[in-house]
Amino acid sequence: MNTSAMRLWVVFVSGVLFSVGLGLSGMTQPVKVKGFLDFFGSFDPTLLAVIGSATGLNVILFRFILRRPAPILEEKFSLPTKKEVDRPLVLGAVLFGMGWGIGGFCPGPALTSLASGTWTVLIFVIAMAAGSLGYLFVEKQMQSAKVSRESKKS
Amino acid sequence: MLQSLMMGAIGGTMIGLSVAIMLLFLGRITGISGIFGGALIPTDGDRLWRAVFVLGLLVGGVSLWWLYPTAFPVDALKSMSWPVVVLAGLLVGVGTRMGSGCTSGHGICGLARFSVRSLVATVTFILAGAATVFLARHVLGLKSLI
Repeated sequence: MNTSAMRLWVVFVSGVLFSVGLGLSGMTQPVKVKGFLDFFGSFDPTLLAVIGSATGLNVILFRFILRRPAPILEEKFSLPTKKEVDRPLVLGAVLFGMGWGIGGFCPGPALTSLASGTWTVLIFVIAMAAGSLGYLFVEKQMQSAKVSRESKKS
Repeated sequence: MLQSLMMGAIGGTMIGLSVAIMLLFLGRITGISGIFGGALIPTDGDRLWRAVFVLGLLVGGVSLWWLYPTAFPVDALKSMSWPVVVLAGLLVGVGTRMGSGCTSGHGICGLARFSVRSLVATVTFILAGAATVFLARHVLGLKSLI
């Protein structure tokens, strides 16, 4: 098998493992997610066990993996390089958190739950796609407006 | 509750392995919002593998549907109000794009890399989510809605 086919198989298996993990952990059930966020009501700590085990495992595994000069199927690691905590990061996290609290869905569980054939999940995913693409579009417009303003100045 | 925590840890370990496989083989951070968002953009150079990952999520979802239907509380999902679902979806879409990540990219991968940006994002979205649920359930009394 050539590298690009192998890459896609690895990604596919990884996607299946991810969503089955989400389903078994209870995270495809909005009631459990909102239960976690309900600190002063019916608090449900399951989400902590999920993030704790997934993160804890990778605190160890990532160390070993990143000691390699390169990943197995690519020439180099592609890791985020940005370091500063800026306004879009915080404001974005606030908006995401609000949507997460209202719907009880973050992107992974929503996509996995499409398999339930429920209309509300499909609507959520379409709205999520619209939000993601819409933000990207507005950001691009603002950037090109900024560039043209700056080029006029100089 | 103990059983719920055990299942959480088992599922979390599978998610953790999935994320580790992506880093080991492709050198990538597994952020579902970025993968899904990128798969939607025709000019995205990584569109193919991103679409295949989303396909994997869907196939995993279908397997759950057959083997572990408890994963999908269909009646509760159906009873969600449409305007609420649209609002939630839009906020999640805009917020994850603006904040460069969601529960997986910031919450799992970022924390495992000790990224300060991801720690700030994770604490922020958990607090914002908790504040939203508190306001909706305990102040506005919208328990049936949210």
